[in-house]
Amino acid sequence: MLGKLTIDALPFYSWVAMSGAAITVLGGLIVLGLALWFGIRRVWTEWLTSVDHKRIGIMYIALASVMLLRGFADAIMMRSQQAIALNSEGYLSPDHFDQVFSSHGTIMIFFVAMPFLSGLMNIVVPQQIGARDVAFPFMNSVSLWLTAAGASLVLISLVLGKFSTAGWTGYPPYSGIQYSPDVGTDYWIWALLIAGVGSTLTGINFVVTILKRRAPGMTLMRMPLFVWTSLCTSLLMVFAFPALTVAAALLGLDRLFGMHFFTNEAGGNMMHYINLLWIWGHPEVYILILPAFGVYSEVVATFSRKRLFGYASLVYATAAIAILSFTVWLHHFFTMGSSANVNAFFGIATMIIAVPTGVKIFDWLLTMYHGRLRMAAPMYWTVGFIVTFVIGGMTGVLLAVPPVDYLMHNTTFLVAHFHNMLIPGALFGYFAGYMYWFPKAFGFTLDERWGIRAFWLWLIGFWLAFMPLYALGFLGMPRRMEHYNVAEWQPYLIVAALGAALIGLGIACLIIQLVVSVRQRNEALDLTGDPWDGRTLEWLTSSPPAPYNFAVVPEVRESDAFHEMKRRGVAYQRSAQYTDIIMPRNTGVGVIIGGLAFVLGFAMVWHIWWLAIVAALGILIAVALRTFEDDTEFVMSAAEIQAIEDQRRQVLAAATTHVDEHTPVRDAALAQGVP
Amino acid sequence: MQTTDRAERLQRPYITGFVLALVLTGIPFGLVVAGLLPRFTTLVVIAILAVVQVVVHLRFFLHLDLKSTPRENVLALAFAVVLICIMIGGSLWIMLDLHERMMS
Amino acid sequence: MTSAANTAGRAGGTRALEVDVYEEKAFGFWLYLMSDAIIFALLFATYVVMAPNHAGGPTGKTLFNLSRTFAETMLLLCSSITFGFATVAMRGHRRRAMLTWLAVTFALGAGFVALEIGEFAGMYARGAGPQRSGFLSAFFTLVGTHGLHVGMGLIWILIMSIQALVKGLTAPVTSRLFRLGLFWHFLDIVWIGIFSIVYLPGVL
Repeated sequence: MLGKLTIDALPFYSWVAMSGAAITVLGGLIVLGLALWFGIRRVWTEWLTSVDHKRIGIMYIALASVMLLRGFADAIMMRSQQAIALNSEGYLSPDHFDQVFSSHGTIMIFFVAMPFLSGLMNIVVPQQIGARDVAFPFMNSVSLWLTAAGASLVLISLVLGKFSTAGWTGYPPYSGIQYSPDVGTDYWIWALLIAGVGSTLTGINFVVTILKRRAPGMTLMRMPLFVWTSLCTSLLMVFAFPALTVAAALLGLDRLFGMHFFTNEAGGNMMHYINLLWIWGHPEVYILILPAFGVYSEVVATFSRKRLFGYASLVYATAAIAILSFTVWLHHFFTMGSSANVNAFFGIATMIIAVPTGVKIFDWLLTMYHGRLRMAAPMYWTVGFIVTFVIGGMTGVLLAVPPVDYLMHNTTFLVAHFHNMLIPGALFGYFAGYMYWFPKAFGFTLDERWGIRAFWLWLIGFWLAFMPLYALGFLGMPRRMEHYNVAEWQPYLIVAALGAALIGLGIACLIIQLVVSVRQRNEALDLTGDPWDGRTLEWLTSSPPAPYNFAVVPEVRESDAFHEMKRRGVAYQRSAQYTDIIMPRNTGVGVIIGGLAFVLGFAMVWHIWWLAIVAALGILIAVALRTFEDDTEFVMSAAEIQAIEDQRRQVLAAATTHVDEHTPVRDAALAQGVP
Repeated sequence: MQTTDRAERLQRPYITGFVLALVLTGIPFGLVVAGLLPRFTTLVVIAILAVVQVVVHLRFFLHLDLKSTPRENVLALAFAVVLICIMIGGSLWIMLDLHERMMS
Repeated sequence: MTSAANTAGRAGGTRALEVDVYEEKAFGFWLYLMSDAIIFALLFATYVVMAPNHAGGPTGKTLFNLSRTFAETMLLLCSSITFGFATVAMRGHRRRAMLTWLAVTFALGAGFVALEIGEFAGMYARGAGPQRSGFLSAFFTLVGTHGLHVGMGLIWILIMSIQALVKGLTAPVTSRLFRLGLFWHFLDIVWIGIFSIVYLPGVL
């Protein structure tokens, strides 16, 4: 009836595991408690069933934030274990340590970074192109809930069963059924398969949105850089995720049906898994970094109060990175037996792909040069990125040399390199975007001081946590070591643990920042919708925007469209007449599909076949029934829109009369007779 | 009658495509069954005719042409084709190279 | 200043821009098909890599039956034409003709699936199931994935037939039928790859 699921699945075998389970259950109860406090009905009708890209984006980032805590807990466990485990067992058993590093990578990539960037794209892109919504709002909801389903599978592995011990990349034959007979690898496979579908659908959604829903006059070369990077990211999602689907599915077939894709015997070829995985894996890291690069472009221009330097070169660099990302994947397995010619080709390609990123760095620096810099929190993250990320880029070029990689592969040097790209590169970008666009999403700015404190702790913490790892890599320390006997390594690992602790304080500052900002929100209201004197169209909408974003679709004449409108004095013009707007209806089908996907994954993991069939049929029926639904939209009347816009003009008027200093917003508003 | 004329006109691409596809299918099957050509040549012919038949399907069944099809669709297909060549070509190069190095 | 684009008309209200939602859906579906093409391409690559891995077991020569493969090819090719005829009828608003052609397409597609299930069952019974060797794992997965897609297409044909009957040939219904057509023809294209890369070389 319940397949392989028995009472033994509960983690009574170790106190560490039990604490993990307890915290997960507690976390779930807290989320449920919050939902009850806000009102279940309201949470369901206004958030969970929402097809509004702005709300979906917020929910993505909320998911990412929760999973960041779990992924960071894994990190702290590893750092503390390694700091003490010189000639000692430490406090984590090898099996547990292996689960920790596997879930750390899986969570951070699939359930922190991907949702975070999807969330930012969701909130910002439609507004930046002057659109009222994404092309496929319902599919957008499905994507969110599929991602949540995948995350839930990883979370529930803490309570029932175990997680994979095969790393976040799951190489066979170790990840095959013979060497990993327990459910951990299955959890991993199904979490990835389900979340992967979500990402592919997001990619499709944003390619169509960006190519088809731009405001009149917004040609491709007038799009904000964040839109360009979102377009390239979305294309990468569409074309790269199929490779992950195939790799994980074939591994699943081996495990489930005893097939021989990657087994030792009967004609398996495990190198093919590695080949397939990295065909996905390399574009994936560019999926993670390109949105961050987009954020940096926006932030640098806004806070240098200057147009972006080299717009065209930034666009071409982004496109080049996207295309080249499909040509370098073997550099993840230089050491696995290929001939010199093969290694040389991919090594050279890898070095080439570093060049467009270098172009971008120079473009950003040249934007700042002779700009009138304002150091707000988003700019701190950006400067921290520029300084630190370049080091990681250089170590990447170093690793791109195959003979060097033979020495450094799978040492902590590699670990330091990719964290150097992901943390100061991607994560700082997401944090900058979070602090930059928070007022747009919620209507009040975040507390600056706590934001800057968080930045310094993250920056110093990162340096302390990962620079020693470069040295350790040179000293020969392999990655993923549960204990070791080289005394020379320990001081570095202690420093690294200290760095992790500082990052922990940085996370605490982010939480405090949010709490403090919510408490103080009435003193930090963003009344104009343009708290930073921005240059792009999202700053034209109110904060938070009306459901339809723009009552009147803006007409675009050049890039930095909003800046240009303010300069010409037409930014806040009153419309003579509003028209009805068609809006998509909220629907619970997305949540239901996500829930059924979770059940399907869970059932497949535990071999509860009847439940898997029921869930799969349920998804099919839900989709089929949805296609019969004709009443998926409703009309917001011109009168309703008039009322909303009139209220906005009142708020705008109040804002500008209370501000003493000249700001472009105020001047622009006054020029159009507001009040 | 006007409707049947229009219908006939619209049906024509499918019929043309069908006939072409039949020929492009019959030849490779025939070659393999009859064994007229050496193995390698047969494989090359199969490959070329397959590519041609794919183009026939795209043109006559999917009505893909460079004039009426939206540009994004054509570009998406071109991009997919390029990536498929890179992924398959790269995979075969890598895996065959490994195979050679492992088997001696 | 009201943008001209704001007053685009459509029954029931006005849309923000002159968006052709049906063209967007078609493009979005096309992108999905491109991602599916990548999946199939990688399954083909997997097959080619693993084709020599017989593990001392049966090879294509002993397993493949070209007559059956040819029959399957004809069934699928004919079903593409009949779907095309259904599309023509749909564009001419001849619902009954369309439903008839859809039914024929369904029958041909079901025939294809039946033949394929028979083939798989026969191979399995002879000890040549997907667990036998890497070659067979790759074969069953590639051909089976295609067959599953055809199966989903059959279900979709059923659903669309019901929709056409119940709602008539409305814009949303014809738009979905158009996408189903894209899907169906795409699967025939994949099949060209299958008989060209799996079956024909397999018996040479």
